[in-house]
Amino acid sequence: MQIIQPHYHAIARTAQDYERMAMSGVVAVAEPAFWAGFDRLYPETFIDYFRQISEFEPTRAAQYGIRHFCWVAVNPKEAENPTLTREVLRHFPEFFAKPTVLGVGETGLHKSTKNECDALEAHVDIAMKHGQLVLIHTPHLADKAHGTKRVLEVLAGMNVDRERVWIDHVEEQTIKPCLDAGYWVGFTLYPITKCSPKRAVDMLEKYGTERILVNSSADWGPSDPFTLQECILEYRRRGHSLQEAIEVFHNNPCRFLGQNPKFDIRPIRVEAAVEEPACG
Amino acid sequence: MLTPKQVIDFYFLEARHQLLEVAALLDRYDAAVARAAGHDAGDPRLTALREAIAALADRSPAGERTVTLLELFAKT
Repeated sequence: MQIIQPHYHAIARTAQDYERMAMSGVVAVAEPAFWAGFDRLYPETFIDYFRQISEFEPTRAAQYGIRHFCWVAVNPKEAENPTLTREVLRHFPEFFAKPTVLGVGETGLHKSTKNECDALEAHVDIAMKHGQLVLIHTPHLADKAHGTKRVLEVLAGMNVDRERVWIDHVEEQTIKPCLDAGYWVGFTLYPITKCSPKRAVDMLEKYGTERILVNSSADWGPSDPFTLQECILEYRRRGHSLQEAIEVFHNNPCRFLGQNPKFDIRPIRVEAAVEEPACG
Repeated sequence: MLTPKQVIDFYFLEARHQLLEVAALLDRYDAAVARAAGHDAGDPRLTALREAIAALADRSPAGERTVTLLELFAKT
């Protein structure tokens, strides 16, 4: 099995996670910029963080044979500081030029405030102007339905290429409007607070596998990168073939992320080797 | 020992997760019945699950809910 973990906060995880991911077939990860657990005060803090995930983290992943890509964004919680947000956004183009940066993410909403919506719009706007991909975080728990609706409203008011926008953390109550609108969606598998492996497979079976990404996110809070492998196991257990699993857990990330030519990992197909006749 | 508020503070999210898993199982079963052209042979285990859910919804149970469920599941 070859796996791509398309949303993974490597900066918050130990090297042992890389080692175990490598052992289980993960060949690449993509790391969005996220909330550090506290509100950053200075643009330089963001710039150094972006440097860490675009320059250092690929070298850490490479020690385990894993390709590492990343995204840049100001987190929705920090969007409550519009002056800081604007200043950080000014630096995005220099990071778009870096060899492993795929686009803008994770932007999105937390409490769906005006500042957050304005920041989301500014992030999507700069991404579209520079031909970048977009990864959008939707709120958690009780805020999710309303926040996802607001995300769709903000996007509907802009000129976006919907095939290049990924709305993440969807659940049963938010997946259909996002898919119907033409965006890519992601299931994020957490032990308690987000979707679970079994529910993810239920949604794959109900909605099909087009424009769907599955990820573990895995950050500094209670989270487990191996919920992705649990999901693959559940998917196979229900009778789906190895190629079907590869389509979802390797090739779909290739299809979405590969829209940025820097992500040069291609979809794969498993074929039986032709048996050679016995000698003699 | 925990206060009533602490019980909810500590365990609400976990319980929410577990109930969502049960909800998903029931949805999954209904989807499987639909794929089987509506043929629902029933299953005593499913009956037990539904009785268990009803027992959990009782705000003034006669005994401990865990005991009630364990005795219920022991019959399946």
